[in-house]
Amino acid sequence: MSFLIITVLLGAVMLAMAFIAIYHKKLIVAVIATGALGLFASILYLLLAAPDVAMTEAAIGSGLTTIIFFYVLNRIRTDAKEEENEA
Amino acid sequence: MNKLFILIIIVALGSMLYPLVSSFDGNSELSSLAQFYAQPDNISKVNSPNLVTAIVVTYRGLDTMGEVTILFLTAAIIAFFLKKGGTTRTLRLNSEIFKTSAKLLVPIIVMLGVYIFINGHLSPGGGFQGGAVIASAVILMLLASPNTKLKHNFFEALESTSGLVFVGLAALGALLGLGYLDNAILPLGEFGKLFSAGAIPVIYSFVGLKVGAELSNILNKFQSVQSDK
Amino acid sequence: MEYITLITGFLIILAGLWAIMTRKNIIRIIIGFVIFDTGLHIVMVSIAYVRGGTAPILDGSVSIADAAQKIVDPVPQALVLTAIVIGLGVTALMLAYAMKLHQEKKSLNIESFKDLKW
Repeated sequence: MSFLIITVLLGAVMLAMAFIAIYHKKLIVAVIATGALGLFASILYLLLAAPDVAMTEAAIGSGLTTIIFFYVLNRIRTDAKEEENEA
Repeated sequence: MNKLFILIIIVALGSMLYPLVSSFDGNSELSSLAQFYAQPDNISKVNSPNLVTAIVVTYRGLDTMGEVTILFLTAAIIAFFLKKGGTTRTLRLNSEIFKTSAKLLVPIIVMLGVYIFINGHLSPGGGFQGGAVIASAVILMLLASPNTKLKHNFFEALESTSGLVFVGLAALGALLGLGYLDNAILPLGEFGKLFSAGAIPVIYSFVGLKVGAELSNILNKFQSVQSDK
Repeated sequence: MEYITLITGFLIILAGLWAIMTRKNIIRIIIGFVIFDTGLHIVMVSIAYVRGGTAPILDGSVSIADAAQKIVDPVPQALVLTAIVIGLGVTALMLAYAMKLHQEKKSLNIESFKDLKW
């Protein structure tokens, strides 16, 4: 029964995270919400008796993906600033 | 108007997915394929306590091989796109505390990654997870001192050697008459010990090294076009 | 429990699809693809779940003889394992394309790429 409550709560939080990732104004917050979605998904995998998948999702889905997003955001911001300086 | 149209499409797709949910009544027993894998005879034939590892490396080893190839392909295309331009990079210096603690932590994280993929057949974990942990150690190193030049040739040599050893070990099974990707080319050993399950720990270690090198390469490519302003 | 995770997975898939089709910013479209991926993985893992099953790792509590009665289905888990790693590679590839597109047009809005539209 307690598993059921945890699952419902996790599902609600994950849908909220997906909503934030789609609709938040700041791109950085959206990227963080995507990472958090992956992290909650990894807890869900653990409840579904899949520890291997949970480990992979925690390391790759919420760790490395977020890092790559931030690198790209930083590069794009730098490009935009250089554009301003030249103009 | 446009959004309304998309909403209709999404709702239609959702109603197409609804029968899948309503006809799903949960599993009370394994599917027949999984039951075949979980038979005592077949378990002792592979001798790996972690059945997911047994499937990833042995039964579905070709999938893993294709997956590693796709990863290699994406790494190559990303390297082609992010070729280093002639721009000068201005990088912000980090604090001494961050740099020193990163130096302390990186070897420990790499060791954790190696532990995860060596024990892949005994406990949760394996080549992919271990490779990701190694890549996260590399990213910590790059974040702490952004001017580090990773030895590009080393990572590429590591990646290609591991890939070749993976394919070679797989082909060795066929040459010995056991079957492609069979793990019985090495002695099966005692169930649940580190040196057991035949070639599975060896193959998974090389998969881990390959995945770690590839992910480090991708991250290094993205890092090499950064500049702080 | 598996019903709830299955429904959550399908809803997350639909949310990702909505993001892919309605958002204009390329980075947000890529975020939509990542959300779609996560939802698909959740659906596959929940289909693998067997009521009251434990993880497919044999140790003291699950012996070889009663493995077939106690564990959950390991095959979809193995497939999801590789799918997550491929997902990272594909996401990185899409982001590299997005960076290249931004260098060309100085814009991330999908509406400003009309070269192939007539």
